[in-house]
Amino acid sequence: MATFHFDLVSPEKLAFSGEVDQVDIPGVEGDFGVLAGHAPVVAAIRPGILTVTTGGKHEKIIVLGGIAEVSEKGLTVLADVATSIAELDRAKFAATVAEMEEGLKEQEGDGLDQAIAKLDHFKSIQQQLNSTALH
Amino acid sequence: MAGLVPAIHELTRGDKCVDARGKPGHDGRDRVAVSPKANRRGERRMASLKDMRVRIASTKATQKITKAMQMVAASRLRRAQQAAEAARPYADKMSAVISNIAAAAAGSPGAPALLAGTGKAQVHLLLVCTGERGLSGAFNSSIVRLARDRAQALMAQGKDVKFFCVGRKGYEQLRRLFDKQIVEHLDLRSVRQLGFVNAEDIAKKVLARFDNGEFDVCTLFYAQFKSVIAQVPTAQQIIPLIVEDKAANAPATSYEYEPEEDELLSRLLPRNIAVQIFRALLENNASFYGAQMSSMDNATRNAGEMIRKQTQIYNRTRQAQITKELIEIISGAEAV
Repeated sequence: MATFHFDLVSPEKLAFSGEVDQVDIPGVEGDFGVLAGHAPVVAAIRPGILTVTTGGKHEKIIVLGGIAEVSEKGLTVLADVATSIAELDRAKFAATVAEMEEGLKEQEGDGLDQAIAKLDHFKSIQQQLNSTALH
Repeated sequence: MAGLVPAIHELTRGDKCVDARGKPGHDGRDRVAVSPKANRRGERRMASLKDMRVRIASTKATQKITKAMQMVAASRLRRAQQAAEAARPYADKMSAVISNIAAAAAGSPGAPALLAGTGKAQVHLLLVCTGERGLSGAFNSSIVRLARDRAQALMAQGKDVKFFCVGRKGYEQLRRLFDKQIVEHLDLRSVRQLGFVNAEDIAKKVLARFDNGEFDVCTLFYAQFKSVIAQVPTAQQIIPLIVEDKAANAPATSYEYEPEEDELLSRLLPRNIAVQIFRALLENNASFYGAQMSSMDNATRNAGEMIRKQTQIYNRTRQAQITKELIEIISGAEAV
């Protein structure tokens, strides 16, 4: 299977760099998979789980928003925050979600809509985390 | 242990009451305490030898401190440099993507204000990033000087200038000249490890002010890290964003955008401000330790030179005194 180059960068570090088979990205307008030879695209990312497939192995990385750029050189994901599932502190993540729920009360109008959307994304991440933890 | 020479720290204590209320001044008493010593010529020379010893010990202690600071700065510099380098790919990619989209969107009338500007350039906000601590040579003052010159040039043109100071040192220096114009200042002293959160925080404050129409142009001041001995104070305009021509000339890949260009741009531009500020903070941090390291290295060498000279004078004086005492004894013996 053809591979392509994938860079995952967050402001603080280069989180991943290497040749991969496939990357599944949680886009703002829906999830999409990138294979070698994908058409050039720039897409915004919502908070979610990014799956990197290399030689049949899957690696899941949590990204909290950002953008993805596909060019002929490969795929670059600029993530606001990138944490691999193994490194994630589940308790801390749960605390963040709880904090966001608290914060909802103070929001109004557009801010409230955005906050609810963000919270939904976070909750779906949490759900996926818990379901994978059982396996 | 030369680091704690009691003679340096020995102050006239105990016999002097600090609380002078309701007591006559003790100027007179001090004079009485000092004058007989100064009158006794013989002891005066002894004291001067002792003084020299004290001075040498004190210089040695200072040298130890500067040496330690230099080593601490060197190790922190390495970490700061790594952090600055780690942030580079993100910032570079970010500006590449933005200039790609911006080149397409800049001509259209609906371009966001962060890119196209507010249409005037009356009020300037100078975002001055400096260090939190001194003892780093001309690091802080060179950034401040650049910002000050820029501010004075702008004011001479009849523009309004406002300041946003990040870092204590810059705030303290600018406050003397432009106290009224400093709209905000931020202290990063409590921050141990610079994170992206800190930059986001600053960006949020700047953007809130921009949305309120408080300024038209924002310029970022920081010291670019070239090498350990070279830090270049830099001014970078971040609002409205200047799209590099270089990127526009390159054959742009025709991307598909998801969501649409303008929506994507309105997400990316505020984020880019935070990224640029983050980069400036990291560069600044590395520059600070670089400047501190070289200035402490200088200080250590100067202290070494001083110790050498003082020791020479001390030995010469001591020998002269011994010779003189010998002459006195011999001539005394001859007289008998």
